[in-house]
Amino acid sequence: MKRYVYINENESSHELYCDNRISNRKYTVLNFLPKNLWEQFSRFMNQYFLLIACLQLWSLITPVNPASTWGPLIFIFAVSASKEAWDDYNRYLSDKKANEKLVWVVRQGIRKHIQAQDIHVGNIVWLRENDEVPCDLVLIGTSDPQGLCYVETSALDGETDLKTRGIPATCMGIDFELLHKIKGVIECPNPDKDIRRFDANLRLFPPFIDNDVCPLTIKNTILQSCYLRNTEWACGVAVHTGNETKLGMSRGIPEPKLTAMDAMIDKLTGAIFVFQIVVVMVLGIAGNVWKDTEARKQWYVLYPLEGPWYELLVIPLRFELLCSIMIPISIKVSLDLVKSLYAKFIDWDSEMIDYETGIPSHATNTAISEDLGQVEYIMTDKTGTLTENRMIFRRCCINGVFYGNESGDALKLLNAVAGSSPDVIQFVTVMAICNTVIPIKSKTGAILYKAQSQDEDALVNAAAQLHMVYANKNANILEIRFNGSIIKYELLEILEFTSDRKRMSVVVKDCQNGKILLLSKGADEAILPYAYDGQQTRTFIEVVEQYAQLGLRTLCLAWRELKEDEYQEWSLMFKEASSTLVDREWRIAEVCQRLEHEFEVLGVTAIEDCLQDGVPETIETLRKAGINFWMLTGDKQNTAIQIALSCNFISPEPKGQLLLIDGKTEDEVCRSLERVLLTMRITSSEPKDVAFVVDGWALEIALKHYRKAFTELAILSRTAICCRVTPSQKAQLVELLKSCDYRTLAIGDGGNDVRMIQQADIGVGISGREGLQAARAADYSIGKFRFLKRLILVHGRYSYNRTAFLSQYSFYKSLVICFIQIFFSFISGVSGTSLFNSVSLMAYNVFYTSVPVLVSVLDKDLSEGTVMQHPQILFYCQAGRLLNPSTFAGWFGRSLFHAIIVFVITIHAYAYEKSEMEELSMVALSGCIWLQAFVVALETNSFTVLQHLAIWGNLVAFYVINWIISAIPASGMYTIMFRLCRQPSYWITMFLIVAAGMGPVLALKYLRYTYRPSKINTLQQAERMGGPILTLGNIEPQPRSIEKEVSPLSITQPKSRSPVYEPLLSDSPNSSRRSLGPGTPFDFFQLQSRLSSNYSRNCKDN
Amino acid sequence: MSSNTPSSSAGGVGSADSSAPRRNSKRPKYSKFTQQELPACKPILTPRWVISAFILVSIVFIPIGVVSLFASQDVVEIIDRYETECVPQDFRNNKVSFIQSDANKTCTRRLTVTKRMKQPIYVYYQLDNFYQNHRRYVKSRSDSQLKDNSSWNDVSSCKPEDDSNGQPIVPCGLIAWSLFNDTYNFSLNNQQLAVNKTEISWKSDRDSKFGNDVFPRNFQNGTLIGGKSLDPTVPLSEQEDLIVWMRTAALPTFRKLYGKIERDLQPNEVIHVTLENNYNTYSFNGKKKLVLSTTSWLGGKNDFLGIAYLTVGGLCFFLALSFTVVYLVKPRRLGDPSYLSWNRNPGGQ
Repeated sequence: MKRYVYINENESSHELYCDNRISNRKYTVLNFLPKNLWEQFSRFMNQYFLLIACLQLWSLITPVNPASTWGPLIFIFAVSASKEAWDDYNRYLSDKKANEKLVWVVRQGIRKHIQAQDIHVGNIVWLRENDEVPCDLVLIGTSDPQGLCYVETSALDGETDLKTRGIPATCMGIDFELLHKIKGVIECPNPDKDIRRFDANLRLFPPFIDNDVCPLTIKNTILQSCYLRNTEWACGVAVHTGNETKLGMSRGIPEPKLTAMDAMIDKLTGAIFVFQIVVVMVLGIAGNVWKDTEARKQWYVLYPLEGPWYELLVIPLRFELLCSIMIPISIKVSLDLVKSLYAKFIDWDSEMIDYETGIPSHATNTAISEDLGQVEYIMTDKTGTLTENRMIFRRCCINGVFYGNESGDALKLLNAVAGSSPDVIQFVTVMAICNTVIPIKSKTGAILYKAQSQDEDALVNAAAQLHMVYANKNANILEIRFNGSIIKYELLEILEFTSDRKRMSVVVKDCQNGKILLLSKGADEAILPYAYDGQQTRTFIEVVEQYAQLGLRTLCLAWRELKEDEYQEWSLMFKEASSTLVDREWRIAEVCQRLEHEFEVLGVTAIEDCLQDGVPETIETLRKAGINFWMLTGDKQNTAIQIALSCNFISPEPKGQLLLIDGKTEDEVCRSLERVLLTMRITSSEPKDVAFVVDGWALEIALKHYRKAFTELAILSRTAICCRVTPSQKAQLVELLKSCDYRTLAIGDGGNDVRMIQQADIGVGISGREGLQAARAADYSIGKFRFLKRLILVHGRYSYNRTAFLSQYSFYKSLVICFIQIFFSFISGVSGTSLFNSVSLMAYNVFYTSVPVLVSVLDKDLSEGTVMQHPQILFYCQAGRLLNPSTFAGWFGRSLFHAIIVFVITIHAYAYEKSEMEELSMVALSGCIWLQAFVVALETNSFTVLQHLAIWGNLVAFYVINWIISAIPASGMYTIMFRLCRQPSYWITMFLIVAAGMGPVLALKYLRYTYRPSKINTLQQAERMGGPILTLGNIEPQPRSIEKEVSPLSITQPKSRSPVYEPLLSDSPNSSRRSLGPGTPFDFFQLQSRLSSNYSRNCKDN
Repeated sequence: MSSNTPSSSAGGVGSADSSAPRRNSKRPKYSKFTQQELPACKPILTPRWVISAFILVSIVFIPIGVVSLFASQDVVEIIDRYETECVPQDFRNNKVSFIQSDANKTCTRRLTVTKRMKQPIYVYYQLDNFYQNHRRYVKSRSDSQLKDNSSWNDVSSCKPEDDSNGQPIVPCGLIAWSLFNDTYNFSLNNQQLAVNKTEISWKSDRDSKFGNDVFPRNFQNGTLIGGKSLDPTVPLSEQEDLIVWMRTAALPTFRKLYGKIERDLQPNEVIHVTLENNYNTYSFNGKKKLVLSTTSWLGGKNDFLGIAYLTVGGLCFFLALSFTVVYLVKPRRLGDPSYLSWNRNPGGQ
């Protein structure tokens, strides 16, 4: 499917393609009500309430005024509808702003100022510096003579660096004036949401040069919502407009995630529903029997002898309505409310602000905080998540000579550079120019590098410190200052980095001698196999191995001189491949392959990626909390293992054991998998840290052919390291664990983690150096990995506890009132009379019982410090100990007990001459309210002012409200509350209800608390009795048991970490934090280190 | 990586720049509330606290129970069940036909005062097994009609006693229709004992619920006569029997005030009651009782509260005692870290 965009043809495209009106709105004024109602009623609970409300309209069966259900129902719906409407209105406003923005567009050959929404496909749009791009454009002209412009794409992908975009070759040199009249056709794919691909062709019509097809890539486009920077003007042809732009297509509402807790609440609701049906059936039958036997004798009821056909249904339906409050209508509102408050607490938490960047944590998804407390598996990315993604050039090996080690002989390297050793010079040159970095001269004369990849940034900066300064990029001419002289290279081609190729190359022409050079850098397995025949690559393999063991990232640098004709021939192929529309990426890779061989490998660079602060502690704490960690990284196995060791991910030899799954063929993988599984099974009984390591290749085979075995392994293993995995494999692993009913949390920072973040139950994004992509796709975004501890242990745990209480309490209070109604029906001839009046019922559910429990969002069973000290306590949340059928049964029993207490005491204390209906009903109701206040008080662990205010204030409010209602002559309960409050017997009854209702509950709780305390209780006691809380139960070191069958990897930890990691060259402000050893030999580098400290938050563009 | 799904649907073009750089979003304001650090007191259930709570409850409850029980015992109550006795022997097998016949239903009862009764002495009638709280019954009334003369034909809620002969009934509905119609005449030593039948209903009802310009109309005119007829010349606000009756009882056994005797009665005085046994409780085996009762600060004679208080107080004392014993016999240190065995290693698979 393709679309043909005719440039500057005003009329033709109007019908074919939409205009540039952006609409993010879900509703229109007309369809808002039906659509919104439809959405709301697609939930079971809402359907249930609607059914109840409709049944209540039938006055024959309704026990109470229909308003008692319609009121709350309409209120709830109004709240969610107005929230939606408000959101939609804001979207409308922002759309309107964007749509009515004035832009310069060429119309009939003249530039006109029109509203952005009137742009049509094929129009030429002019932008000035700092303008926002209104739709997806193909560039055809810029103010830059080379046809370049810079755009900021942060709104699109969160990357803050400037990206270069260029006009297609055909448009080069077209006169400014002629651009208005340009005609042609762009053949481009139909709108999609891939912001990294745009495979199209441009053909200009005469008189504009030739008829040649010119390939277009994403580099020739500027996409909607980007900003034009550092460029005076640019103009382009609109190819995708309105909601069909790349941004518009990628817009979408992520599927709502349901927490385990919500699922449990739904389950319990279902159980209550079944219970309700049973009650209704029993009472319905009893009611009909009573009616036919007894009620016929009660002449004053005047039952007609022959009822209508539906007579048998009337009583059951009445009871259905009477029991409908069993499922509390308020629970939805309360839960929504507290959940958004949990999310706010996360946003507000000052301990989760990244003070380096000032980014606070943010909960994008407000609905799943409880799940945080139930996490069982954490899948973490490595680079940028565990590490800082701040690359520092540490070491290198040039042609077998090592530079940079414990003794810190950076001088040697500098001397070697100064000594013009050709290998070294070549090596440093590759470091300096084999990249896509843009040097920008600041006003002070310092050079800033805008790099898309942190590795390149590190290499260029290191090269600059070695006096090989990549000074300027002027169109295709690269200038390098070396020892005072300027060397110029002409950049011929860039063979870009892709994650499949794992290398990138540039083809440059040395302007001095006209030699054409291919400079490459890449992963060892992408470079070393392509070395020329004679070269010994063994040393390099060893070096890579050695560096990887130190946890350093390695890159191999290589070069090759090209012959003129070889290049020319290849260049044609490359051009052709670049202009293919189908499978362009693959074709280009294939063509690149033809050039990238016969390398002369120059050496290996080693770059360190520092661990983030607090990572080992965080991992240790969370693992103590019973959370299993899996590391999913695209990095090398050794690097991954080293990082894993250094951040407590796995324990070193005596305690831990690493099992390796490898193999290139199915058989090998199968054997290795089985072996590992066997070991796992044996060792799973002993608390030993056993982890397995698997690489992407073996993983693919395992997932494809041995899914069952691998799943078993996944369940057995607490720790796993998966290296060399692709984004989709990450997502697959998450899926695998999810399918085993584990709660998974995925944390990552880069675009390659987005899929796993979206897949997992909880996605956490680190708003780091790789942009905001992950943070935007995630449910929670945090600034640093270490905040995860607080997010889970504090916020997740509290949220879980609070929701557990709140939801069960909501059922409890509804059940109490419902049981009373049921009991009352036995003394009212099973006729379905409601003891309580409509106002009370409504206020009971919506107000009296909701307010006190809402402040339970402030409840803390244990202080944050205690939880951090005893992370094991999280087990209670993980295992769902606080909300499950058995705890629910407890609450159910309590509600039954309290209902009996209230009912029995009320009907006996208010018997005979006092048995007036309204009075009795208010006595029973106030009994419930009193009990509830004490139940909330008993279940509250920490009382803040707000809690006291809500619990006792609510009690006062109950009386005030009822006094007010009692003062209205028209109301049914006119003067009732005043009369009651004057009676001593009323107050005596209340105290009796409280004492009889709470006494056994308190006694039971006390006994359990003292004689069978849960761990939480013990910690509470310990916390409040004061004194130091000892951590006794760390997992004791166990005697080692080495499984002979499996060859353990050598995972000896480097003896002393710090001195090893002296930066070889660049000295970033932060590097001193980790390096404690003597780092003085580098003093003279400090002068230059300003260069490297000018970090721009660049992002890897893979 | 191709996926670039904005985190929310609001990520449009216009709003993109506002949602994208969260970097410059303002830092959360620090407050104890937002940091969840409000000062809190965290009580725990220490043995001392719990035991003293129970002791306190028992100390408070037992005296109240004793006082309540005494109050209830002070109330003198004469109950006379008469529904069987007032049916002539011949009709004992078929009481329903008796009550529905036109026979003379006058009946005389003798009540002996056991203890001195101080005025005012309340005269109640008590019905058993009478479901004034039946759903069909309790709803069959029209409050607006009772209150306001102008809405006299507002009888929609009164079915099946809404109109007779095509005319709306005032007061309509089953409750009014089934108004209790036994009457009592008391005489002491052959002298008429005055029964004050005014102010036996709630003042608020007379003033606000029953209109003084609403007169009975078309009442008890139908083919089926339920209970008492009303004097059509007396406004509803003065028909106190009706007002009392219309305060429906929540329980199937209830007493309603008939009148007040405003003099003291001495022990062993004999009261003769001449009663008209008109009301049909025979078809549903309901009991009818005549009750003369004094009152206390707690209300009528009702031992329940006193006994319940004594029971609860006693149980609390017993609990406190046993907790203390258990605590002394088997003391347990609170917050003992040795109970924290993480060695079971909860998360381990």
